[in-house]
Amino acid sequence: MTERVDLLLAVADDELILGWRNSEWTGIAPFLEEDVAFSSIAQNEIGHARALYELVARELGTDADAVAFDREPHEYRSAPLVELRRLEWARTIARHWLYETADAIRLESLKASDDTELAGIAAKIDREEVYHRIHAEMWIDRLLASPEGRPRLEEALDELWPYALGVLDGELRPELVDRVGAKLDRTLPDVEPVPRGRHEAELAELLEEMTSVRRSAPAGARW
Amino acid sequence: MTVAIYEVFRRERAGAAMQHAGSVAAPDERFAEIYAREQYGRRGESDALWLVRRDAVHEIADFVDEFDLKYRRVDGYSIKERLKEARERAGTAAPADR
Repeated sequence: MTERVDLLLAVADDELILGWRNSEWTGIAPFLEEDVAFSSIAQNEIGHARALYELVARELGTDADAVAFDREPHEYRSAPLVELRRLEWARTIARHWLYETADAIRLESLKASDDTELAGIAAKIDREEVYHRIHAEMWIDRLLASPEGRPRLEEALDELWPYALGVLDGELRPELVDRVGAKLDRTLPDVEPVPRGRHEAELAELLEEMTSVRRSAPAGARW
Repeated sequence: MTVAIYEVFRRERAGAAMQHAGSVAAPDERFAEIYAREQYGRRGESDALWLVRRDAVHEIADFVDEFDLKYRRVDGYSIKERLKEARERAGTAAPADR
């Protein structure tokens, strides 16, 4: 596997798995408007994953669905942060914001890449991510301003912080430390990142569910 | 969480009129904007949206007509027929773009 494929898969797998996790809120988000918005964000993430899988598929001589669905759990390149199943709103918002903040830093670096195709797709993705960041930020501001919300959010952020660091390569991590610290107005604990390449037990379960329809029709299905 | 209702108006394309699309409930304008975007703009169906807090809308809902002033209404008055007659009298054709 080339370094390029590896990089594309890391971003694509993050977007696919997080898109799936966020879609678990469809129908049960705290209120109707949020349900629609969060589901829409989830669909966008999956759309980004598809665009990236298409680039991978072209290099590997296969198709995007095969790349997305036909791998073994250990072959996924997603970061543990997106794999966690945290069906609780404070943790969901904490993860959403940590991921979007890290993803923004990663997209900035991809947009500056010498690989013009990759830089172009990163710019395209970033134009949609702007709204995901606005959504995440407004929730964070709201929760930080609330006496009930703040402690719950802070607890969730502390729990997820080592995972958030693991989304980025080492050289991009200091920027994440700065941005998250500035928003929270505090110094984050100096912890060991939970790195990409390790997987959470919940990933296998997620993949089992996500690929069940595809596996039920091995010859392929037409919709 | 206290929420306000924001009425959403949607324009399909530049130059068209804004039309009432529905409403969103949101705790503040930032939430309202994102929710309106997602509910009324994510499928490319809108070129612009207006958000108006419902309590900023001045409603008028009382229309009295104590003396039954029918003659001020135009029901039953066919402009089309009148125009046709006028054109026949003047001997001109209807404009081509009608």
